[in-house]
Amino acid sequence: MYELKFKEKVCATCPSSDCLLKCQYMSFTGHPEAHGEMMKVVKGKDSRVLNECVTCYACEEYCTRGNHPFYLISERREEKGMFTAPRPITNQWINMTAMQGKYLAGDVKDKALSCCYIPDLGPLGSGEIFKDVASAGVFGAEFMCPAVHTHFARMSVIKERLPVVIENYRKLGVKEVICLHDECYGTLTSIASAYGMEVPFKPVYYMDYLFERMKELKDKIKPLGITVAYQRPCSNRLIPDKLPLVKKIFKLIGVKAPKRLYQDENALCCAEILRSVSGYKLADDVQKRNIDDMLKAGAEYCVFNCPACQSSLSEKVSKRGLKPVHIIDLCKMAIGEKGREAVL
Amino acid sequence: MSDILKSLIEIVGERGVSNAPEELWFYSRDPGVLAPHKPDYVVAPKTTEEVQKIVQLAGRENIPVVPMGNGMSLAGLVIPLKGGIVLDMKRMNKILEVNAMGRYAVLEGGTSQGMLKAYLQKNHPTLRHSLPDAPPTTTIAANVALHGQGRLTNQYGFNSDMVTGLEVVLPTGEICRIGSPSIGPYWFSKGPTLPDLSGLFLGWLGCTGIITKVGLKLFPNKKFRDVELFVTDRVDLVPTMLYKLTHLEILEDVNVWFQPKPLMFLGNYHITMFFTGDTEEEIEFKRKMIWDALQEFMDSKDGGFMSVQYMKSALLEMPGRTIADFADVPKGGGFEYSGPIALIEHYPKYAAKVVELAEKYNVLYASAARLISGGHCMMFSISFAFNRNDPAMMARVEKALTEAMTFALDMGGVPWKPNFKEQKMVMQRMEPNALKLLLMIKKNLDPQGIMNPGNWEVTP
Amino acid sequence: MTYIRHIEHENIVHRCFRCGYCKFPDDYSDFNCPSYKAFGWDTFSPGGRMWLTRAWLAGEIETSPRFAEIMFSCVTCDNCKTQCVFPKFKDFLTDIFQETRAELVSEGRIPPGVRDYLKAVAASGNPYKLPQDQRGAWAKGTGLKPYTSQEYLFFAGCVGSYDEVGQKMAQSVGRLLVDAGLDVGILGNEETCDGNDVRTLGEMGLFAELALANLEKFKAKGVKNIITLDPHALNTFKKDYPALGGKFKVLHYTEVVAELIKKKKIKLKPWPVKITYHDPCYLGRHQQIYQAPRDILNAIPKAELIEMSRSGLNAFCCGGGGGNFFTDILGTAPDSASRVRVREAMETGAGIIAVACPNCAKMLTDAVKMENLEDKLEVLGIAEILEKAKK
Repeated sequence: MYELKFKEKVCATCPSSDCLLKCQYMSFTGHPEAHGEMMKVVKGKDSRVLNECVTCYACEEYCTRGNHPFYLISERREEKGMFTAPRPITNQWINMTAMQGKYLAGDVKDKALSCCYIPDLGPLGSGEIFKDVASAGVFGAEFMCPAVHTHFARMSVIKERLPVVIENYRKLGVKEVICLHDECYGTLTSIASAYGMEVPFKPVYYMDYLFERMKELKDKIKPLGITVAYQRPCSNRLIPDKLPLVKKIFKLIGVKAPKRLYQDENALCCAEILRSVSGYKLADDVQKRNIDDMLKAGAEYCVFNCPACQSSLSEKVSKRGLKPVHIIDLCKMAIGEKGREAVL
Repeated sequence: MSDILKSLIEIVGERGVSNAPEELWFYSRDPGVLAPHKPDYVVAPKTTEEVQKIVQLAGRENIPVVPMGNGMSLAGLVIPLKGGIVLDMKRMNKILEVNAMGRYAVLEGGTSQGMLKAYLQKNHPTLRHSLPDAPPTTTIAANVALHGQGRLTNQYGFNSDMVTGLEVVLPTGEICRIGSPSIGPYWFSKGPTLPDLSGLFLGWLGCTGIITKVGLKLFPNKKFRDVELFVTDRVDLVPTMLYKLTHLEILEDVNVWFQPKPLMFLGNYHITMFFTGDTEEEIEFKRKMIWDALQEFMDSKDGGFMSVQYMKSALLEMPGRTIADFADVPKGGGFEYSGPIALIEHYPKYAAKVVELAEKYNVLYASAARLISGGHCMMFSISFAFNRNDPAMMARVEKALTEAMTFALDMGGVPWKPNFKEQKMVMQRMEPNALKLLLMIKKNLDPQGIMNPGNWEVTP
Repeated sequence: MTYIRHIEHENIVHRCFRCGYCKFPDDYSDFNCPSYKAFGWDTFSPGGRMWLTRAWLAGEIETSPRFAEIMFSCVTCDNCKTQCVFPKFKDFLTDIFQETRAELVSEGRIPPGVRDYLKAVAASGNPYKLPQDQRGAWAKGTGLKPYTSQEYLFFAGCVGSYDEVGQKMAQSVGRLLVDAGLDVGILGNEETCDGNDVRTLGEMGLFAELALANLEKFKAKGVKNIITLDPHALNTFKKDYPALGGKFKVLHYTEVVAELIKKKKIKLKPWPVKITYHDPCYLGRHQQIYQAPRDILNAIPKAELIEMSRSGLNAFCCGGGGGNFFTDILGTAPDSASRVRVREAMETGAGIIAVACPNCAKMLTDAVKMENLEDKLEVLGIAEILEKAKK
């Protein structure tokens, strides 16, 4: 069984305790308290962190010393038999994402285009931008990153399933897997590495691919001239080095994303998981603050990276007058492949 | 040509009668597991007067008459157990009146649920009726004649409680109006304040007369409808959860369901709650009430709300087109269920029985309970799917359903749309004086025993 | 269950639950299965046919005139396929009915109307029993020239070539295409029946014969693009001919005309008229072409297009599909499809029913007469309407 490579010493000697002090959902009086609580987690003791963490993934980004505080919190919760979300919801996710041999795999050669287990990703990975790889799509639980189970503190599911997913890709004989789901790329890089799993192919982040393709299609781009707010997904916290790509793409297609309070490191969760974990009060509050902030920044569109965020927030942002759109569709709009109406 | 056939043609014309092998074969069965039995004629009347003449003819000739809607009870209730005439009532499908201010409609008995829905949507968009989950071809009269339920049953009771008047052709051929239309032009009350004679026909499965017209309550059709879905793996907590939910008095419909396939549903009990509002604020207010009512179960991690975003349109659709899907799970076009009306507190025992029977008889199960009248009782469906090309599987389903009914009766439940065998099981357990009264009513209304014979009889 | 007769999709027949969704449009406002609407017996609904087919395959019922009537009364409008709630087999419903009909054809137990139709096509090349050398007569005066090597072949089909109402439609389309400067020709007396309805009636041998004859002619003449008058021809050219070696592009005339209007090759003057459009099943549900005819009608300045309560995917058939145009199994009673449809058209308040199929044109024209609506409602082909609105 794979084990989390967590460096206790790195944590013990941490001068900042940013992992907890920067948390947007828990409050600490200062470094001593935050450090103390984190060390309780490290030592396997009870800590209020284990009860209060809402699983936003952000501490993976806040820790700049190469440790994995969020994975550790999830490990400890599972060890103690704790549930973040209600038990039936947790088990439903485990059942729903179980491999049943019902996957789809296209004409895969050197490259595969991973649609995870999210039907919405199929249509996104199409058209001029993806013309060279669209036929190499793969979809299904067999190719799904199991990172979602970190939300439910079921790292055992990840440890059991991720090697199988990696092996399924290996069996396809691919050299590269282009991940349309942010979380897949995060899983194949951050989680796999944290657990010492070898990935025998190169995971490619779709925004890297998108950026390169849009540069190639530069002649077709008609700058959109719109103002947007970007909804950063939780899994992007696992790959913070990829965050600048969003701004690069926006620039290329003539999209303005004015500075707002809840962006980058300070981004707010889409809150769907918060609703599941703690109920509507926190979720409603987070969503309201987030959308208020988008509107205050003058956004016309709310741009998504993750289909789950999009599903969770589309209706809500629409009701407040913002047009929801995935960043791939935004690029398709820029090259005239899609109209400027909201793409739900 | 026989004299009876000639007489029938005289009444309804050539296109209204058939004794061709094709119609006799088709109208001898329903989609459930009961064995077919052929009628001698299938007749499709267009008016009450035609029905009257057919019944008078049947009386003279002493042949059975079985009124049929779309034949979708699945319990063989319109299989002509003793032959005779099957009356296909679907050509009597006129919507005669909608009294919008009085919130009722008057319809011919063969009007389909789907057509009434479409008619109201087009002509009276602020009104709706309690649409059952059965396919839209099912008829209004058949639904009330078997005490059907619908999407407003938690709020307003059985669909038969929503009847506001009847026109019935009695087994002796008289045309009879029941309730307020018996003394005036309005169809607003089936009984009160008179003695409620509608009970002589509602629930009788066509054994006491043929319902040719129905007055039906309509209800406000709010601008928004929404749904929440709560899941738990603690079946023992389901009755308490339902008690808390019905205490809110805001839910138009509450269903509790569990099924082993697809895998995401395995091991959990799902409570689907439908609610309505005329404003976003009303919807949000009700949503919060629902969440608050169940917060304690979230805190204890015993239950939680599912995100319904991706299945919302399927859940809100009326009738639910995906419900029939269950029939095709074993790739064989069939399912049948026993749907006893039971106490909600017995939910865990019923749920356990479903799984036990499915295992014992090696059949695929699904179960969906619907709360009735704000939580006084529920309809608990014990459904088994089957492959129509596999007689052995059908036989196993029949046995499982019989055992389910025995269990329900042991639990003090009341069978919903019992087939002729289950009716006997009921009568055997019925308090003798109640049974005597039941049979006395039947005997008096139908002295020749020509109405849907084989049903509600001591000896078939 | 063991079957004693066999059809290709017999392994699906028992999966029909006979729930009856197939009888309706998606809002349930009326019965949308023409044969069920006309006959009123469950046996004449798609579910009834599925169950009876199963009984017949198993020998529980025998071949009979009634069984044949039930099977051949299906107008192949595809409403049942659209509405069936079982995604895993819904697509095969009309195939099953066609396969059953093919078996009945093989047994030689078919209704007289069907027999006469097939005999006429086999003997004369058209159901009207009219001589082949009169097939191209309709084109006189339209400016259409015999096909040599033009860019497009205009295929008129049997109804467009021989039926009076159909001919008017064909002529107006012909004139419109010629006036717009399209490089187009016709086969005239050399044209052969497309065979769509022969195929739906289950005479697969005759269909293959007709299709191969057509293909041979298309090949010899180097035909690359075909414009059809009749959506039935469009359907079989697109759906069935490729498997027999057909390699050409096929368009319905409404698609071509819509494009010509867009390119301003056809210019229209204002015409304040209320029009309702009847979707032909073989253009709509079978070929998914809903927009082009509407674009054309909407392009007429001041004309108002009013939709019937059942339109597009939910349109009610005229009753002429599946060979019923000729065999007339549905009859002409008040609940026959064409009469129901013109009453529905009347409800819109329109004075014109626009049609895009010669079969529909004929069916609805007759129905307007039967309903005594000649003073109020006119059935016109889309090209005929354009001729009235042309500058």
